[in-house]
Amino acid sequence: MKTLYLIIPFAPLVGAIVAGLFGKAIGRAGAHWVTILGVTASFVCSVLVMQDVLTGNTFNGSLYTWMEAGGLKLEIGFLVDRLTAIMMIVVTFVSLMVHIYTIGYMAEDPGYQRFFSYISLFTFSMLMLVMANNFLQLFFGWEAVGLVSYLLIGFWYTRPTAIYANLKAFLVNRVGDFGFLMGIGLIAAYAGSLDYATVFAKGGELATISEAVTGWPLITAVCIGLFIGAMGKSAQFPLHVWLPDSMEGPTPISALIHAATMVTAGIFMVSRMSPLFELSDTALSFVIVIGAITALFMALIAIVQTDIKRVVAYSTLSQLGYMTAALGASAYSAAIFHLMTHAFFKAVLFLGAGSVIIAMHHEQDMRRMGGLRKYMPITYLTVLIGAIANAGLPPFAGFFSKDSIIEAVQLAHIPGAAFAYYALLAGVFVGGFYSFRLVFFAFHGEERFRHAGGHHGDHGAHGHGHHAEPHESPKVVTVPLILLAIPAILAGFLIGPMLFGGYFGEAIQIAPRHASIAHMAEEFHGPWAMVLHGLMAPPFWLALAGAATAWFLYIKRPELPTVIKAKFATLAMILEEKYGFDRFNDWFFAGGARMVGRGLWKAGDEVLIDGVAVNGSAKAVGRFAGVVRLLQSGHIYQYAFSMILGLFVLMTLWLNRS
Amino acid sequence: MNSSLLSLAIWVPIIGALPLLALGSERRELVRWLALAVAIAGFAVTLPLYLDFDRQFVGMQFVEMAPWIPRFNVQYFLGVDGISVLFILLNAFVTILVVLAGWEVIQEKVAQYMAAFLIMSGLMNGIFAALDAMLFYVFFEASLIPMYIIIGVWGGPSRVYAAFKFFLYTLLGSLLMLIALFYLFLQAGGSFNLLEWHQLRLTMTPQILIFVAFLIAFAVKVPMWPVHTWLPDAHVEAPTGGSVVLAAIMLKLGAYGFIRFSLPILPDASHYLAPMMIALSLIAVVYIGFVALVQADMKKLIAYSSISHMGFVTLGFFIFNQIGVEGALVQMISHGFVSAAMFLCVGVMYDRMHSRQIADYGGVVNKMPKFAAFFMLFAMANAGLPATSGFVGEFMVILGAVKHNFWVGFAAATTLILGAAYTLWMYKRVVFGAVGNDHVAELTDIGWREFLVLALLAAAVLAMGIYPFPFTDIMHASVDNLLKHVAMSKL
Repeated sequence: MKTLYLIIPFAPLVGAIVAGLFGKAIGRAGAHWVTILGVTASFVCSVLVMQDVLTGNTFNGSLYTWMEAGGLKLEIGFLVDRLTAIMMIVVTFVSLMVHIYTIGYMAEDPGYQRFFSYISLFTFSMLMLVMANNFLQLFFGWEAVGLVSYLLIGFWYTRPTAIYANLKAFLVNRVGDFGFLMGIGLIAAYAGSLDYATVFAKGGELATISEAVTGWPLITAVCIGLFIGAMGKSAQFPLHVWLPDSMEGPTPISALIHAATMVTAGIFMVSRMSPLFELSDTALSFVIVIGAITALFMALIAIVQTDIKRVVAYSTLSQLGYMTAALGASAYSAAIFHLMTHAFFKAVLFLGAGSVIIAMHHEQDMRRMGGLRKYMPITYLTVLIGAIANAGLPPFAGFFSKDSIIEAVQLAHIPGAAFAYYALLAGVFVGGFYSFRLVFFAFHGEERFRHAGGHHGDHGAHGHGHHAEPHESPKVVTVPLILLAIPAILAGFLIGPMLFGGYFGEAIQIAPRHASIAHMAEEFHGPWAMVLHGLMAPPFWLALAGAATAWFLYIKRPELPTVIKAKFATLAMILEEKYGFDRFNDWFFAGGARMVGRGLWKAGDEVLIDGVAVNGSAKAVGRFAGVVRLLQSGHIYQYAFSMILGLFVLMTLWLNRS
Repeated sequence: MNSSLLSLAIWVPIIGALPLLALGSERRELVRWLALAVAIAGFAVTLPLYLDFDRQFVGMQFVEMAPWIPRFNVQYFLGVDGISVLFILLNAFVTILVVLAGWEVIQEKVAQYMAAFLIMSGLMNGIFAALDAMLFYVFFEASLIPMYIIIGVWGGPSRVYAAFKFFLYTLLGSLLMLIALFYLFLQAGGSFNLLEWHQLRLTMTPQILIFVAFLIAFAVKVPMWPVHTWLPDAHVEAPTGGSVVLAAIMLKLGAYGFIRFSLPILPDASHYLAPMMIALSLIAVVYIGFVALVQADMKKLIAYSSISHMGFVTLGFFIFNQIGVEGALVQMISHGFVSAAMFLCVGVMYDRMHSRQIADYGGVVNKMPKFAAFFMLFAMANAGLPATSGFVGEFMVILGAVKHNFWVGFAAATTLILGAAYTLWMYKRVVFGAVGNDHVAELTDIGWREFLVLALLAAAVLAMGIYPFPFTDIMHASVDNLLKHVAMSKL
């Protein structure tokens, strides 16, 4: 069994190393074969592991001792339970699809091998993260996926926007990691271990003490610290700013990293830490409020975006907000369930958008699309499926998971839950609107692509064979789309076992006072009953209303959006400016840090230290300089060498003379 | 345990340098190969120190003792424990890299250049091995001379100013140390034996005075804020090899001084002044982190980054817990690899472009993809990414600091953001982007010798990041003993 666990992360790593170091030797085909082989092996093994954990087995064991110091034993090891298993399936499956899709998408890119190496390296890192049985390895995976994300956002490194975006992504994530590390530090200091099982066992004890210096309730400080990490990685308000810009990366990684897997690492982590978060209502309130803010306010930005990828990106932010809100409501299983369904339907949306981008010769602006369904029926159909699922309409996957989250939040009693409930409901309307806006804007209506083309292409390098009819993408692109669309429709039917069938068992722990999922289980009578019930509930009608509005504005009366925008110019500007976060961060943090740095350097180092303190001796240096110039011309250095040796000899002889 | 391994580690490079000087600079190729042979031999004799090291044994190993100046009871007394042994290996390893790195670049006075590095290597091994305070002092001072010459002869345009600033700063510091050494010599009844000094009872006032004297000497070397301003100048003017040794080994001498002298001889003063030391360390981490951000010269940026990273070392020492102290030692070794690598990377570019200004570059990756990959790895190590050595020490010190006091840990952890910001922002401007100008367009990727040097360091950085166990394992007994010792008052 242990070999199986080793194959899962390390097969992609081997693929990445081979494709990365020997890319030239094995060629393009060699690179995609070796990495696809690695990920396939990993996927197959993940399925085997899933079968095994379904029989009730779990595994918790260490691979090697990384380090030992001060009574703290740090190990690299795996914890494989049902939570891990589902993450492994999602990660390896989406990764495999993206690997295949990349063959088509990157076909003409000079960095082909490098790209495959990176996405396989990502798969390795993500698997190490989800399979960790301790905080050290979690942090290791956490930073490693951040690294690969950095490398991939900046994949087209000659483009200024791409290398701005990847630096920004890394630094914003580092702000999150800062909180994460503080959480880990407190755990190490007070629990004396970084092993999950040991720490969870001490949870009750930690919940009773306060942090010695600050006086904070320890468990709350730990959970909020860890959650700040999740806010960075899962792009929660106000650390969400990096995700939209990450769209500068090639589309396959937007699907894999910035929608389906890496950004959900924070959701996974909090679920994994449920034994700790359950001990602090304050932390849970913080989580639910942040999640709700993200869910609603990021969705609003999506409605003014015209770049097809950015719409999907803001949609991702909003959906991550839903997952986070679920965590705050102690509905961890609902969060993971939404994570899974979202991984499928959002990958479809991104890869579908990518397929459109290829067909449009790297045009991403929806204002230059329209009427595409005629030319790309498969892409259209799969994107439509993704949009319906994203809007949360029954019986597609998104309906089940999103509805469960809303219901769980409604049932939650912690402070902030009521606000969260209404924010999430409003978000459903907005979600319905932007999802269908995308479909109608890009695939229906007037064919606007016959006018002059733009240059905001996804590929910098590559051509302008414009004005040809758009056509359906090749099979390597459409087959992954279809394979991902199937679970986007059907995965919702797993709701019975996953949420209410005790699937997660011991992996997720919920305090009795937070038992909204348990209440929902009593009301649950099978998926079809849930659909019927859903047809009478507000979320369904809100989503439908959103879709109808999109239809009215973009098909029935396509001239209206401009009129509305003109009328609500301030509001539109606020949304287009993304509430001003980017501007503020650039000015305050980036500019401020440089100003502080320059101030300290000029005033501190140069004026105070060198100027006042050292200047006296600096003048002396000037006087001595004449002597020192001898060094350059003469043979003094040789004498100096002799001096050193002579020093020992002389001291020995002279001082020892009797 | 008696052996002459430590003497070999000291004298093989020094004696080996003599034939180089005798050969002169006419036969450059022969000189280079000979220097490489000596460096490798110097490294080879240090290997048994690690392999035969007894991890359970508390105290000094590979001890050698012989009278040197009987009149003043000065002994030729050598020995290593788990704290010092790794630095001898690091030093010998870096010497090989320096010889390789100077292979083609140095065309003037090749023999003297190589000899200077070999002699310096031997002298610095002497510092780490000396257990007699006077012997330590002689090595400590003598090692300044070759570095002074390296900067002064093979350095940049303002080398004279930089060399002198370096020399004055460090000499001034060590004079006070000499006085402190004489005081301790008298107190100990006429002995320079460090191990006896460790047992010496001292009252608080002399402890504090001696601590301050040592502090000035060691703080200049580390360097700690606010006596750090010589380092950026020295680095900017030093040739690549000089910067490498300066950053990788020489900065460690000060830190080593704290742990060999200040902490065990003056435990009460160390505890009493620890808040000040922690404050100075945190200023180094945060203040210098901001200063590094705005540097326009790559070498200055890395020099400031070094100061910031060394702040972690002094921080780790003065929080007095095992994970902090071991983290500080790990950080010293890791910084040896990473800063050496960073300076070598800048050197690779400097050799081609003759500029260290960030603004003169841009889009280097287009022309030097292999180099860019190495540089990326080292930049990430400098930013403390897990699975690189840069992470291990910082992580341990931060864990130790949070344990000591939450806010200390909090301030230290800002390096996570600052370190990434200044390192990766520089990387972005230098390496990424479209080809910046015609000079960049003419760049050629690294040759096999440069590849070899960077690959050796990359292997070290990754090995230490993925499996640091062997590095910390060897320290446990000695650090444990040190902390027990420091916890006992001498009043």
